[in-house]
Amino acid sequence: MSVGETEDLPLFAASKKVYPQSVSGPFRRLKWALLVLCLAVYYLLPFLRWDRGPNLPNQAVLLDIANNRFYFFFIEIWPQEVYYFTGLLVMAAFILFLMNAVAGRIWCGYLCPQTVWTDLYLAVERFFEGDRRERMLRDSMAWSLDTLWRKAAKHITWVMIAWWTGGAWVLYFADAPTLVRELATFTAPMMAYVWIAILTFTTYALAGHMREQVCKFMCPWPRIQAALTDDEALNVTYRYDRGDPRVSVKHAARLRSEGKPAGDCIDCHQCVVVCPMGIDIRDGSQLDCIQCGLCIDACDNVMDKVGREPKLIAFDTEANVERRKAGLAPVYRPVRLRTLIYLGLIVLVGGAMLWQLATRATAGISVLHERAPLFVRLQDGSMRNAYTMRLLNKRPETRPFALSVSGPSGVTIEAVGVSATADLRPIVAVGPDSSREIRVLVTVPHDTPLEQSQTITFTASDLFAGEVVRTQDHFIAP
Amino acid sequence: MTTQDHTHASHGPEIDAHTGIATTGHEWDGIRELNTPLPRWWLGIFYATIVWSIGYWVVYPAWPLITGATKGVIGYASRIEIEKDMQDLKTLRASQAAGLGEASLEQIKADPNLFRIAMAQGKAAFGDNCVACHGVGGAGSKGFPNLNDDDWLWGGSLESIQQTLQHGVRATTDADTRVSMMPAFGKDGTLKRDEINAVANHVRELAGLPTEPKADLAKGRKLFADNCAACHGEAGKGNQELGAPNLTDAITLYGMDVASITETITNGRGGVMPAWGPRLDPTTIKSLTVYVHSLGGGQ
Repeated sequence: MSVGETEDLPLFAASKKVYPQSVSGPFRRLKWALLVLCLAVYYLLPFLRWDRGPNLPNQAVLLDIANNRFYFFFIEIWPQEVYYFTGLLVMAAFILFLMNAVAGRIWCGYLCPQTVWTDLYLAVERFFEGDRRERMLRDSMAWSLDTLWRKAAKHITWVMIAWWTGGAWVLYFADAPTLVRELATFTAPMMAYVWIAILTFTTYALAGHMREQVCKFMCPWPRIQAALTDDEALNVTYRYDRGDPRVSVKHAARLRSEGKPAGDCIDCHQCVVVCPMGIDIRDGSQLDCIQCGLCIDACDNVMDKVGREPKLIAFDTEANVERRKAGLAPVYRPVRLRTLIYLGLIVLVGGAMLWQLATRATAGISVLHERAPLFVRLQDGSMRNAYTMRLLNKRPETRPFALSVSGPSGVTIEAVGVSATADLRPIVAVGPDSSREIRVLVTVPHDTPLEQSQTITFTASDLFAGEVVRTQDHFIAP
Repeated sequence: MTTQDHTHASHGPEIDAHTGIATTGHEWDGIRELNTPLPRWWLGIFYATIVWSIGYWVVYPAWPLITGATKGVIGYASRIEIEKDMQDLKTLRASQAAGLGEASLEQIKADPNLFRIAMAQGKAAFGDNCVACHGVGGAGSKGFPNLNDDDWLWGGSLESIQQTLQHGVRATTDADTRVSMMPAFGKDGTLKRDEINAVANHVRELAGLPTEPKADLAKGRKLFADNCAACHGEAGKGNQELGAPNLTDAITLYGMDVASITETITNGRGGVMPAWGPRLDPTTIKSLTVYVHSLGGGQ
């Protein structure tokens, strides 16, 4: 076959609109509960206060981009401490992997913002336009005044939710009550309005219109998840050992009375119509399944009505379906090598971060050796090196640091422009929550023998709190 | 491919038997590609980006012409942007430097904020004007003083440094320039060869350096007292009033080996530093003064 014959293929496939039907059951209730929890955290967290004392913001979670500080409850992060974020991201990845190894894509089905907001938007749609059948019917008919106001009300509500979503987002980057007042009086910074507009658009588009398309075409996790899963991971699974062959209730009764095999699946398509992804779970584990478990609720309701055992569709493993088919008992192994490794890595990274946080210095010192000239001989023959020193004070009050240096015998230190001293040590005051750069001169007397390069240690001691920080550099001589 | 598979050829796309999905019709070594077309919105976004790019042609400079390019309706040019940035920077610097103009050198030294601005401006001005002779960071070289040490020819106080910067040293263009002269004792015939050698060895003796065994140090001492002490002082400690260097310390401008000292005495020395007063504005001179003073040797 030649390539030329394919030219009449369409460039695109129009996506089939999904009309998920409402369903009730334990998984649906769990989804509602998590939806309320996630949204409550997202919308209300910026208003939570956390007293850090004077000179510092009292917002519990604040990403203060303008002043280069991130605040998270008792944690304050400076730009150079971005490794805390790296650690958080590493932990988040391993937690995602662990969730996947234990129970599949529960992130996708219950916690992902795309799922949460889509669920919320579907509830709004259902409120104004009715359930699946009603919506399908309405979309297939000509426009009427009734359809018009319902659709208009739905879109207005969607935009309002989207606007509120964007509005809550910007509150994480400024003092929330102040910004709310500024937004209400139209005196907020332009950047706030721009970001609200961007997030209003993305929320409205992604949760209102794109929905399952985001999971199918945009999200990388389904692909990664497919590569990370194994036979022992719980996934939403149709038990074809029990369900097939699929026959109607009456037909099944007849077959069973004749002693012939009949599956529990009555082919009622309830699992398909409730699916927010528009897939058929009976086709097996698939990339498009977000494993929200709504099909389990739908099927259990039907099984209850037809008097068969529930959990024809269940969080189960592919391996167990095979085992049952072979007449063996199902085996659940949440504790496996991979879950232990993930757990170990989470504990390791989390422990390292906690240790780092617990021992976090509230002062910092760094020096940079002057490169031109590397050394200077003074009139009396002594040798001097110059350094640029930066002192950090991560506390909310001004702190005086006494500088000293150790190394070759008789070594002394002075700070340019600093006259205050304590026991011959220059005292440098560093303002609250800030850093200060000073030029320091280190001198070794002429009668001390010097190598071309020797290590010296700088020490800065907080005269009040007693915190001591050190750093090393080299002292260069001819 | 079996003959059975060929039946589709005239009736629509070929269907893959295993998945039930249509193929693109492409076949490589018996492997056929499933046709999984883009969703419509994706294609829509692709076309939307093309439309968007047309907007760029209109708004920004885009199409190359024989002499230049289309200008775009908002008149954007990166040169205009950089010029505006430079102007903003000048305004900002002027506002920051305003305080420097009024403050005295001591006040600048004492005020952390003014000091920071003066150091930044001084560093930049030093890089633009001074490093050609004094080297990066004022490290100096033979004939050009190292500004980091504590040895000063004309004084290391803020006022002295400002004076030197303003009027220069032996600058022919400035009436108030610092003037002095190391005479060419040899070339002028004041001292003879062996006398110069004796003085050179005496200078080394003053500096605590070993002398040549055959040197007549007594003669050198006498000649030094007669010819050199007027400026350099009896003990060779120098005189900053006259820019006469201290010959006894560990720092030297032209070298302290016998050959270098001999050359200095024979031909004289007279390094020149330009007067910067006419070239730099007073604020920059102030900043340079503070910067040089802070390099380490300020007195």
